[in-house]
Amino acid sequence: MDTLSLLADGFAVALTPSNLALAVIGCFLGTIIGALPGLGPSNGVAILIPLAFSLGLDATASLVLMTSVYYGAMYGGRISSILLNIPGDEPALMTTLDGYPMAKAGRAGDALVLSGVASFTGALLATFGLILLAPVLAQVAFKFGPAEYFALYVLAFCTLGGISSNNQAKAAIAACIGLGIAMIGLDNVTGMPRLTFGSMQVMDGVNFLVAIVGLFAVTEVFVFIESHGRESALGVKLGKITIPWRDIIFTFPSMLRSTVIGFFAGVLPGAGASLGSFMSYTAEKAIVKDNSKFGHGDPRGVAAPEAGNNAAAGGALVPMLTLGVPGSGTTAVLLALLMTLNITPGPTLFTDRPDVVWGLIASLLIANVVLLILNVPMVKIFVRILMVPAWVLLPGVTMISFVGIYSLSGSSFDLLLMIGFGIMGFFFRKLDIPTVPVILGILLGNNMEDNLRRAMVISGGDWTYLFSSWIAIGLWIAAVVGFVAPMFLRGVIKRPQAITD
Amino acid sequence: MSDRLFGLAVIVVALGYILSATQIQTSFLSDPVGPKTFPYLIGGTAIICALAIILKPDAEPDWPSLWTFGKIGLAVLVLVAYAYALKPFGFVVPTAVAAGLLSYQIHPAAKSASLTGIGLSVGLFVIFKYALGLGLFAFSRSWF
Repeated sequence: MDTLSLLADGFAVALTPSNLALAVIGCFLGTIIGALPGLGPSNGVAILIPLAFSLGLDATASLVLMTSVYYGAMYGGRISSILLNIPGDEPALMTTLDGYPMAKAGRAGDALVLSGVASFTGALLATFGLILLAPVLAQVAFKFGPAEYFALYVLAFCTLGGISSNNQAKAAIAACIGLGIAMIGLDNVTGMPRLTFGSMQVMDGVNFLVAIVGLFAVTEVFVFIESHGRESALGVKLGKITIPWRDIIFTFPSMLRSTVIGFFAGVLPGAGASLGSFMSYTAEKAIVKDNSKFGHGDPRGVAAPEAGNNAAAGGALVPMLTLGVPGSGTTAVLLALLMTLNITPGPTLFTDRPDVVWGLIASLLIANVVLLILNVPMVKIFVRILMVPAWVLLPGVTMISFVGIYSLSGSSFDLLLMIGFGIMGFFFRKLDIPTVPVILGILLGNNMEDNLRRAMVISGGDWTYLFSSWIAIGLWIAAVVGFVAPMFLRGVIKRPQAITD
Repeated sequence: MSDRLFGLAVIVVALGYILSATQIQTSFLSDPVGPKTFPYLIGGTAIICALAIILKPDAEPDWPSLWTFGKIGLAVLVLVAYAYALKPFGFVVPTAVAAGLLSYQIHPAAKSASLTGIGLSVGLFVIFKYALGLGLFAFSRSWF
């Protein structure tokens, strides 16, 4: 009952007219961001953070806006997957496998509605999962000392590198680069400058928003210049949109199964929505009796990954809010938002700032309903927007990124740094080095080091203290398994590639 | 080959990083770990991973042609120039030029690119200035 009254308070926060308006705007922007190829949830949220910040929104309002964008982007990703066979964002890759064949068979409208309902089911149930699981995990997190936190950070980097990248060594290097950048600036304990090379501009450290926008948004411009802006002509016809009740009822068990799988994939620190949609699709294909139509437009193949990826999006918020460790690239960006707003995520957030937590959860529930309305009856608006050609979209995104960063700091130095990160991102993309660990490293580096040093102060310099509790040992084991196991499983589980015409 | 070069570069940078970490000043207010250990750990991990990549590189990525690299280099120059121009020349003119040039590079058609540049510049200015209330200047203040 306690939860219900807290949730009621949350609704009181979220249902103020201004927050409600922000949720609707956020859902709308989010769906566009998700739908446009080349503008995924991570960079979409990243370029909006500086703008939300300069608008002077308070903590709850900016969180409502940004999480609506986040959920919206998860819904929107499917639109271009189904209509263009280009995933609007990475998690939507699995939706192309059956969504596009279904659209080519003249059932584009059905596929859009079905995936919209699947997204709604996944996201709604995952939000309830978040309501149930997060307070429990927050209680466990109170038992965490510096040694456990240090192990948890190691776990996040390991699962991120192990599960969601193709080469562990490269992911680990990316994490080291991020952590190395985080060290730049004043040392928290001694107050002495570190690794600044005498430059005043990096005395405060490298702003993580600069890195995020550079790596996600600016990189995209270079990628598009290389590819000459893929043709985004609609290959399929979209007729009148009706609700395919039979498909919805037929695929409903798939949605429920995928929601469970996706939610837990999301909770795993570092794994995120791409893993959620991938695992739901693979599991669904293995479970159902007749899977011969998978890959040729099976409605279950549309419902499963969409429910899975939206459930994972909700699940990824659990470790982010309770432990301060993001479960995916986009939640890493949301963590950056919390940190800019001076909110420290972690177990204390639930006791100190219940208005923020429960307001956020209530606005997620509201956002879901808004998104269902936007994405089923009004989906045609977004299909129109999908027609915006890359040569208008990409320059627009770049200019918004520049203005956003510029309005934060007003210095040309940060803009140059952002371009530098953009170039780095381009080369990393080519070399198949993931960029999310870099972001995570910059975000978590100082906390990770602080916890290590605090642990050593407690133990008087005895390194075995890091393995002194069962929680810590469990986390270390999980970290090693998460990092090593995928090397052996790589042959067994292969990521399917997008189908070509 | 690309992976090996990258690994080598990582090793050089990591060694440089460790070397500069040895120069970090410690103060009397220190703890058992001190400000140097964590940078050492990071550098060390990076070197081990770089060695792993050098020993077992992935397949060669397909690099764009030299011509494409030139185009990307040009885009970088445009962005750098934009970063410096934003303050002295105001928002509208540098944005129109930069957005137009980027648009041209993605889709080489002069007419649509220039329209994109002007449209984005004016449209974004109106949104930023009047809808979002950012303190932007349309033109250089010395022009009037």
